[in-house]
Amino acid sequence: MANTPTQPIEKVSIIVSHGSLEGVYPGLIMANGARMEGIEASLFFTFFGLDAVIKKRMDNLKVATVGNPGMHMPTLLGAIPGMSAFATSMMKKEMEKIDIPPVGEFLTMIHDSGAEIYACKATVDMFHLKPDDFCPEVDGVISVGQFYEKAAGGQIIFT
Amino acid sequence: MQTAILGGKTLTLDADGNLADRNEWNEEIAREIAAIEGIPELTTQHWAVINFMRSVFDKEGDSPSIRRLTKESGVDTKTLYQLFPKGPAKKAARIAGLPKPKGCI
Repeated sequence: MANTPTQPIEKVSIIVSHGSLEGVYPGLIMANGARMEGIEASLFFTFFGLDAVIKKRMDNLKVATVGNPGMHMPTLLGAIPGMSAFATSMMKKEMEKIDIPPVGEFLTMIHDSGAEIYACKATVDMFHLKPDDFCPEVDGVISVGQFYEKAAGGQIIFT
Repeated sequence: MQTAILGGKTLTLDADGNLADRNEWNEEIAREIAAIEGIPELTTQHWAVINFMRSVFDKEGDSPSIRRLTKESGVDTKTLYQLFPKGPAKKAARIAGLPKPKGCI
C-alpha cells in the first residue's frame, strides 16, 4: 500500500432519491453528522426523495413493508392495510428514543447547522411543484449542472 | 500515552486528545483548551453549553446529542455552531474535559 497521508473529508454533497422513511433518514443523518464534525454539507433531494422537503408530506413518510427484504416480513403480510403505518409508528418511536427528530425538525436543525438544502429541478418540473409546496429550509431549485458546480471539490454521496 | 501541560500540570489525554480523567478538569483548563481550539474567550453561552454537557455526562456517562443540547441548554443550533465552529459536539466535549461523544445525532 502506498504510504500517502489520509486527507480528512472537508465537504460532502448528499443526494436523497427515495421517499420512504428508511430512504430519507440515512441522508439526513449523514448530513447532520458531517456538520457535527465540522464538514461542509449540502443535501440535494430528487425524485421521490423530494417528499422529504414538501411541507404536506415531510412528516408523513412511511416505511416500505412491501418489496423491502430488510423488513423480514412476507410480502402478503406487508400488504395488509395499516401494516406500513404500524411499522412506521414503531420505527418513529425507536428513533425518538435515540433522539432522531421527525423529518421537519431534523431539516430545520440541519439547515441551522449551516448545511444547504436543494430540490432537483427536473423533478419539480415533472411533478408540477410550486415554490410554496416546499419547506422554508429549501435554499433553491437547481439543475443537475448546478448541483455538480456546488459539489465541486467535495465528495458526492448517493442515497 | 499523550500528555499535555494544562493548568500548570501534566495531564494524560485519551486517544482522541481529550482529557483522560474528567475529574482533573477545572475552568482554567477549559479556557486553555478553548484557546488551543481557536476560541479565545469563553462567554456565558459557552459556559452554559459546557456545564450542561458535564452535568449530563455525570448522570448518564455520555455527552448529550446536539438536539438535546439545544433543547435543554437554551442555546439554539445556529448559536451553537457559532460558539463552537468546526464541530460543536466534539469541541464542546473536549473543552468540557469529556471524551468525544459516542452518538450519531
